[in-house]
Amino acid sequence: MLNRVEAPSFNAISGIKLIEPKEHRFSNGIKAFEFFADNQDLVRIEWIFKNKYEQEENPMLNTCLSSLIKEGTKSFTSAEIADKVDFYGAYLMPEYSYDHTSLTLYTLTKHSATLLPLIKEILTEATLPQKELDTYIRNNKQKLQVSLQKNDYIARRYFYNHIFGKNRYGRTPDLGDYDLLTRDALANLYAKQFQPENCTLIISGNVSESLLQDIYQLFNEEWPASGQPALEVIPTFDSHIGKLIVEEKADSVQSAIRLGYPTINRTHADYPALQFVNTLLGGYFGSRLMKNIREEKGYTYGIGSAVASLLYNGFFTIATEVGTEVTAATLTEIEKEITTLRNELADVEEIELVKNYMAGSMLGSLESIFSHADKFKSALFSGMDLTYYERYLQQVKVMTPEKVQAIAKQYIDYDKLLKVVVGKL
Amino acid sequence: MVNYKKFTLDNGLRVLVHEDPTTAMACLNILYDVGARDESEDKTGFAHLFEHLMFGGSVNIPNYDAPLQRVGGENNAFTSNDITNYYITLPAANLETAFWLESDRMLSLAFSEQSLEVQRNVVCEEFKQRYLNQPYGDVWLKLRPLAYKTHPYRWATIGKELKHIEEAGMEDVKAFFYKHYNPQSAIMVVAGAVNFEEVKSLTEKWFADIPAGETYVRNIPQEPVQTEARKEIVYADVPLDNIFMTFHGPDRLADGYHAVDLISDILSRGQSSRLYRSLVKEKQLFSEINAYVMGSIDTNLFVLEGKPSEGISLEEGEAAIWEELERLKTDEITENELIKVKNKIESTMVFAELSILDKAMNLAYYELLGDANQLNLETQKYLAVTDAEIKKQAKTIFTKENSSTLYYYAKETEHAE
Repeated sequence: MLNRVEAPSFNAISGIKLIEPKEHRFSNGIKAFEFFADNQDLVRIEWIFKNKYEQEENPMLNTCLSSLIKEGTKSFTSAEIADKVDFYGAYLMPEYSYDHTSLTLYTLTKHSATLLPLIKEILTEATLPQKELDTYIRNNKQKLQVSLQKNDYIARRYFYNHIFGKNRYGRTPDLGDYDLLTRDALANLYAKQFQPENCTLIISGNVSESLLQDIYQLFNEEWPASGQPALEVIPTFDSHIGKLIVEEKADSVQSAIRLGYPTINRTHADYPALQFVNTLLGGYFGSRLMKNIREEKGYTYGIGSAVASLLYNGFFTIATEVGTEVTAATLTEIEKEITTLRNELADVEEIELVKNYMAGSMLGSLESIFSHADKFKSALFSGMDLTYYERYLQQVKVMTPEKVQAIAKQYIDYDKLLKVVVGKL
Repeated sequence: MVNYKKFTLDNGLRVLVHEDPTTAMACLNILYDVGARDESEDKTGFAHLFEHLMFGGSVNIPNYDAPLQRVGGENNAFTSNDITNYYITLPAANLETAFWLESDRMLSLAFSEQSLEVQRNVVCEEFKQRYLNQPYGDVWLKLRPLAYKTHPYRWATIGKELKHIEEAGMEDVKAFFYKHYNPQSAIMVVAGAVNFEEVKSLTEKWFADIPAGETYVRNIPQEPVQTEARKEIVYADVPLDNIFMTFHGPDRLADGYHAVDLISDILSRGQSSRLYRSLVKEKQLFSEINAYVMGSIDTNLFVLEGKPSEGISLEEGEAAIWEELERLKTDEITENELIKVKNKIESTMVFAELSILDKAMNLAYYELLGDANQLNLETQKYLAVTDAEIKKQAKTIFTKENSSTLYYYAKETEHAE
């Protein structure tokens, strides 16, 4: 007779093996890494540039630039660039994040070299046409108008403004800011940022020898170092935490809640342990916050917490959208969960579950060669190498109820969280 | 190419196995052949609510999630108007845990009152979060009943209204389970670092003794051919006007489906697409515009939606869209343009093979459509579409009589007219 009550026996999770890249030497300052796998006929090439800022940091300029670089070069119009990329079934995606701006090419192996000259032009001879800037401004103002009607978006704005202050991490666009974007400022930033010395190149997938040669020719031989000194602007922070910000929205049927504050980032020895405590509190479907606030109370469709690592900072956050009538009750429950986490030892069983869950997640996150490259990137941009993940897994493995409590006491404090509510309280 | 082997248990459960030794993970995907189209009109949103209840404990296992998380696994599910799909990914070494969990909830649920009560609330909050508390969030609650008059596609998966979810009772839950959740109406795909023989014996062990259950005969009123243009105007608290247009088109399995899907690509896939180039970039009539095909199994819909630029009326926007639709009927589609959209299909299909979960879900869906191997023939079908076929479809579909148009006005402009 089949025993359906008892769970089948299970195995410890093993086989987490990260692929080391092959580093290629470029003489112009580019740091180039290759991740090879031939099981799919795909290639991903990423040109990643560290963001540059003026003394007064205006991330809108960087966001706008990332969008405009493929809207015209010396030889090609915006339409021609779009046509070429689409014709080969490729995806060319500029992306802005807090610390980096990247241009990523996804393509079938057979077309992987075809678009390289075009990308070279985008990175070195973009014309940033005024007409395209005007279109960008027009369309993004409309997008922002829509976003400003979403409670969770408004809550996020308050959150970043207050935990970081007026810098690259804390500034968010107002409608009027778009009109202040100028072509000159963009051109200035473009010249500073898109230089070989500021570039990390990551080539992954079914990469052929001839593709590597083409890349080397175009992006090393034909792209001289700028010789510009690498000036670094370090952000200054102005954190307003511990307070409560409420924006009332009379028509809302749900309130957006966002709590949090700056915290340690990946470079700190406690970071993996903090990730562990975060997972247990709100980082997965079975977390305490989900169990209590969704699965027991039914206040929300979802609640989660996260710890994020930035180059010059890090932050902890809890976010949810709940029925307006249970907004206050939700805050009370969040406080209760944090108090319990700090004052009571967790069961060993829960700790073991979170350990296995996190190991399984790590294994599952290594699905393709591209994900191996992503892991490497995260470590690299925090100034570390792949040994970081060994330390991470080791720290997760040795977590105990006492350690969870100690980390919670040190890093998670309800009273000090910035609390934002948009909706009704 | 997604290789697979298939077998069927005596109770009717169809099983497909895809071995992929390049990963250390496994995925178990179960598609149940039931969606919002199988609901009655006074109990809408039930298929989706039921999906939530499938996580509320089964007959022998009080908690579904924790045992899976304990072995390093994750799970989720989604409901559409056609299907309900559940999936687990976990380290392959612990595959049996997935069989244990999935077979028990196919056998029977715990039918816990507490779970029903909580999940009614959770789904109501989901309804609010996605459909009520978002600008334009309710558009499909309005557009579906405009485009469909008879077919159950006239309501959204989430349901017509909160009340239907609030009123769902335990008797409804039980009846729904016995009607739709049994081996006959399920397709299971196991993919990843798995072995066919191992999967076969695990399936025998865990699923073979589940009774086949009732046979459900689907009897859905089909949508009659639309014969006159429909139009609706709504005013809402949104910052910008928005236009939505739908046209009935070939069903997922009908001839012409692939041609129509390519039309949506010609119109709006990528930054080189016609609507983006012409209406956003050149004429600057829209700030954003999109065209897509719903891909429904029964009477399908082709959808266009866009936000006009400041100072452009919805009428002007609509006229510009019609101009582009007319162009499809008369002007030559250049060979380059056709190759372009086909190349994009080809690369997208290869990218979809990066993830074992995507492969498993696709195999299950194509098996439901009739034959999983159609997944591997899909690219060829797109490549075979001709310019003439596209013109023919454009002429058939893009007519006023076949159109439903929704003008979604920002409240401020209400008085300006």
